[in-house]
Amino acid sequence: MEDSSGAGNELTFEVWRGGDDGHFATYTVPHQDKQTVLDAVTYIQRRLDPSLSYRFACRIGMCGSCAMMVNGAPRWTCRTNAARIAKDRKIRLAPLRNLPVVKDLVTDMTVFFEKWQKASGTFVPSDPGAAEFASVPPESKERKAASAGIECIGCGVCYAACDVVKWNPDYLGPAQLNRAWTLVNDVRDADRKGHLAAVAVDAGCHACHSHQNCTTYCPKGLNPTESIAGLKRATVSAALKGDL
Amino acid sequence: MTGRVELWLYIAQRLSAMVLAPLVLLHLATIVYAIRGGLSASEILSRTQGSILWAGFYGLFVVAAAIHGTIGLRVILREMTPWRGKSLNVAAIGFCLVVLFLGFRAVEAVT
Repeated sequence: MEDSSGAGNELTFEVWRGGDDGHFATYTVPHQDKQTVLDAVTYIQRRLDPSLSYRFACRIGMCGSCAMMVNGAPRWTCRTNAARIAKDRKIRLAPLRNLPVVKDLVTDMTVFFEKWQKASGTFVPSDPGAAEFASVPPESKERKAASAGIECIGCGVCYAACDVVKWNPDYLGPAQLNRAWTLVNDVRDADRKGHLAAVAVDAGCHACHSHQNCTTYCPKGLNPTESIAGLKRATVSAALKGDL
Repeated sequence: MTGRVELWLYIAQRLSAMVLAPLVLLHLATIVYAIRGGLSASEILSRTQGSILWAGFYGLFVVAAAIHGTIGLRVILREMTPWRGKSLNVAAIGFCLVVLFLGFRAVEAVT
């Protein structure tokens, strides 16, 4: 379908090598039909330079481990068509923004998942010994709000896209707050107040400027900005009622 | 505790914006109206002096602007500079007091 873009030709990849003070190295990769950016990175690592480090697992857009900066924008590389994203047949690859670089295209995701914990992204069962499944009406407002944000794969694309994270490294982050919003709306969760308290902190949901970079780049089409707006409303409402 | 401070500042920022929006519109409309047929200090003072309504209008304006501007400025400084913590909060409160002082002095002068 996209073959007119030049199957059989070559694509030039400028790939970040080293740690924070690394440099871009250039590789030429033969282009193949329907080749993804991840396919090309794998070609480089297996055929051109085995010392290249990168991260992937599922290759089908489920695991969220192959995200990188592609021509300056965060993307899941396993679902990004190389020829389509190339500019003048060139693609520049760098590790995800806003995260410390381990080596080459690999970032240290520790802080990303630590913030997941800080934002109280853990389900608290209200009835741990329940023998029956909880009944949650699919059409209820809470279920719809939770469903809207539940498909996050934790790839870190939104975190890399977020300017507030860039300006304030303590900011909890879009994915983390989106997760908190799904739990606030989970009627089975026993600690709604705890979830709200965790995000109504310095550099919490109120630090969001609603730029919507997270929503623009989320590969799953989620809307973390809307989730964060929900958290802002819920925390304000709780505070005015004296519950927070 | 600091977290709740951010939450209440967020609420104060939104509430002061809600107060400011109609006041700014009315202020602009008054400028457009007042400037017709020339503008003079005596004309302005004849309208504002001794008026509790105008004193209240601009008094509220000053309070809302001082709150809104201070919170916004503090957020910008926290994001764009490494300045954080108590010294920034003290400076922000100082800025708010200066705006209140200058604002009320101006209100007092014309009413």
